[in-house]
Amino acid sequence: MSGDETPSLRELGERLKRAREREQSGGLSGGSAGPKLKGLGLAFRVGVELVAGVAVGAGIGYLTDLWLGTKPWGFVIFFVLGSAASVLNVYRVMSAMKFPPATAAPNTNDDEDDD
Amino acid sequence: MASPLRQFQIEPIVPIKIGNVDISFTNSSLLMVIAVISVSAFLMLGMRRHALVPGRFQSLAEISYEFVAGMIRDNVGSAGREFFPYIFSLFMFVLFGNLLGLLPYSFTFTSHIIVTAALALTVFIGVTIVGVVKHGFHFLSFFVPKGVPVALMPLMIPIEIISYLSRPVSLSIRLFANMMAGHTMLKVFAGFILTLGLLGGWAPLAMDVALIGFEVLVAFLQAYVFTVLTCLYLNDALNLH
Repeated sequence: MSGDETPSLRELGERLKRAREREQSGGLSGGSAGPKLKGLGLAFRVGVELVAGVAVGAGIGYLTDLWLGTKPWGFVIFFVLGSAASVLNVYRVMSAMKFPPATAAPNTNDDEDDD
Repeated sequence: MASPLRQFQIEPIVPIKIGNVDISFTNSSLLMVIAVISVSAFLMLGMRRHALVPGRFQSLAEISYEFVAGMIRDNVGSAGREFFPYIFSLFMFVLFGNLLGLLPYSFTFTSHIIVTAALALTVFIGVTIVGVVKHGFHFLSFFVPKGVPVALMPLMIPIEIISYLSRPVSLSIRLFANMMAGHTMLKVFAGFILTLGLLGGWAPLAMDVALIGFEVLVAFLQAYVFTVLTCLYLNDALNLH
């Protein structure tokens, strides 16, 4: 960084404007995690997501049975609903991840990352 | 030989009892206090000189700030900026908890489901309150999926509600299970080092070295995942789909 000359006000304003635009558009991959970290994080998410929905469904079903005395029906119904919910969760996770064509990086910004 | 699960034992340091409630200051509490102090020290000492060209610690502090700020910007947008202090504290607390737990003789408080469940429930309840305050009664439309025939609604709405309720469960189980599994595995392999002796002990030792590296990665990753999910849930509450 060659900061040996003080930038003029106009220049400063221009840079400020550019920074604000980046802020608004949500571009700037500067602070965000790399694609590798994102992929690995996703892998950790999906497995647990699949279990959690079933567990919550089964738990609700069991408690309903205890409460209303409708053994096995509450458990059966909510277990199935919970399984559906967990699959839905996994589906949401995966569809939120927009798979880029081949290895084209999603951030094809210009090289404005000198913060 | 100590059991590999011995490391998760909670031991009271200062026993305190009020009525029947045990609120002793334990090794877990101690590590939490240490985590809070080291996060504060890390940021304060890092930013003490606040030079234009940052030094080592200052750039670490700035990187962590940028990292979380970028995460919020990408996942929530500018509406999420007012929640930055909370999300940043959450990230640093979990990250330091995970990393401090890797030091010998310390304790990993994030390997206890009660701790992660408390963190996850705080996020879950907080996010729900944010959604209700922002959208009022309209927040309930979150549970009504779009583009579904009316005939399927009695089926879809319970599924959506269960899916929503499973969020704090998956959030807490993920962090706790990963930390506990990793630390148990380290101890199991460490146990083999001594029993196999000079002849074969190097193999589990090498494994442990590799696992320590992996655990550092997991410590970062789990803090990241926990925070990113908080951001995503916040985004759902603020923008309703």
